[in-house]
Amino acid sequence: MTNSEKNRLKDKAFQVFGVFCTFIGLVVLAIFLIDIVIEGIGRIDWDFLTSLPSRRAARAGILTAWAGTLWILVLSALIAFPLGIAAGVYLEEYAKKTKLSNFLEINIANLAGVPSIIYGLLGLELFVRIMNLGGILLAGALTLSLLILPIIIVTTREAIKAVPRTIRDGSFALGASKWQTVWYQVLPASFGGILTGVILALSRAVGEAAPLIVIGALAYVPFVPSSPMDEFTVLPIQIFNWTSRPQAAFLTNAAAAIIILLLITFLLNGIAVYLRHRQQKKIKW
Amino acid sequence: MNIKHSKLEAINLDAYYGDFHALKNINIAMEEKAVTAFIGPSGCGKSTFLRTFNRMNDYIDGFRIEGQILLDGRDIYTNDVRVDELRKEVGMVFQKPNPFPKTIYENVVYGLRIQGIKDKKILQETCEKSLQQAALWNEVKDKLDKSALALSGGQQQRLCIARALAIQPSVILMDEPASALDPISTAKIEDLIYELKKDYTIVIVTHNMQQAGRVSDHTAFFYMGELVEYAKTKTMFTSPKDTRTQNYITGRFG
Repeated sequence: MTNSEKNRLKDKAFQVFGVFCTFIGLVVLAIFLIDIVIEGIGRIDWDFLTSLPSRRAARAGILTAWAGTLWILVLSALIAFPLGIAAGVYLEEYAKKTKLSNFLEINIANLAGVPSIIYGLLGLELFVRIMNLGGILLAGALTLSLLILPIIIVTTREAIKAVPRTIRDGSFALGASKWQTVWYQVLPASFGGILTGVILALSRAVGEAAPLIVIGALAYVPFVPSSPMDEFTVLPIQIFNWTSRPQAAFLTNAAAAIIILLLITFLLNGIAVYLRHRQQKKIKW
Repeated sequence: MNIKHSKLEAINLDAYYGDFHALKNINIAMEEKAVTAFIGPSGCGKSTFLRTFNRMNDYIDGFRIEGQILLDGRDIYTNDVRVDELRKEVGMVFQKPNPFPKTIYENVVYGLRIQGIKDKKILQETCEKSLQQAALWNEVKDKLDKSALALSGGQQQRLCIARALAIQPSVILMDEPASALDPISTAKIEDLIYELKKDYTIVIVTHNMQQAGRVSDHTAFFYMGELVEYAKTKTMFTSPKDTRTQNYITGRFG
């Protein structure tokens, strides 16, 4: 075999290997999804969505769980959205390039990679104990806000960076202040990107169980929370709880709840993709 | 050179980017309602100099000036000068057309909106008047609510001029306003400059010697941060005094 033939063979071999690697992840995920859907789809009906939890698998529903998830979603968004955008705008538009701002930047990037259970412990100490909130919705939302804040800050900065310098110059040259330039030019032009980041961050928050278990969210909540001060559970905790039961019927319930949880995250991600696409179509620099 | 009424003036002006000495002891006075062109090779400091007149360099880390810049005899770098007020008086048009990603109408009235003017009648009248002054009205009057980004490059640049005119400045700074445009659009911008100098003091930076010859009354030649020569455009182009000027305008370098 000549050298060039050898090279061609190697090339081919790597290609096959690459395809194999790519498919391994997808196939495993697909098998998992199919398995879940077969197991759980039959269990999903109106009663399942609107029933309270129960000790008997056949009567148990996920009303309190998805209501709790919705509460957490909205509350976290309300808390993290303004904080994250304000911090991103400050770092990108206002902060002078000093050692302090460098230090802040590096740490925010690092925070985005901290395991969620650590945030749970922080939330437990800060919100549940020191602020004495207890394991209520507000404490959970605050904890998850901390978790997604770094992600929102980073994506906000990326989106703001994509707005060309010339737009800011144009605004300043007409007598606009920094704030006016940010408010009337930079934020509207980068809003699609920011929103995309926020939604993706929220879809991560929706799937979290660990930090909420740590702060003391309950697995069994026999009522729908009616205010941020109520105790709560969320879908991932409900799923976790059901999968640890010995009875097979609860596993079916868990599969059904997973489908609902996946639908929620897919929906959020879909909105994010749509917004990004619309933004790209609308603004071409 | 005799200046009848000096609108803008630099006195013993030095400018620095950190350690780099970008402008060296510049002294110049520019005539009101005339066009002054800054020419010179890339990096000679002409754009830096232009941007000192509306303090656009303020945002650059490490930039500082010594000396004075006078607008109507008043130093614009003293502490009591508000930059936003200064920029209402001294408008600017950039090299690359930079319309905001908004409608044509919103682009023109932006300067008024940030001043807090909400009266629809005033906004609409200013919009029409400014677009007419910028020779763009006939082309866009039926699509004021369309995105400015849909306009051609030349139209976008005239929109940027209209936007600058809307806040009624007395000076317009132009930083190579036609360098990104095709010849026909360039001719339109030059015609426009000729019209505008009846009412405005115009300072234009250009790389294009013919353009300086066509549009300007006075020309200043910059080289390595120095103002080498400043004269009536005709005089400069027919009988330059300095050999560096001569070499540059005859195309021997730059």
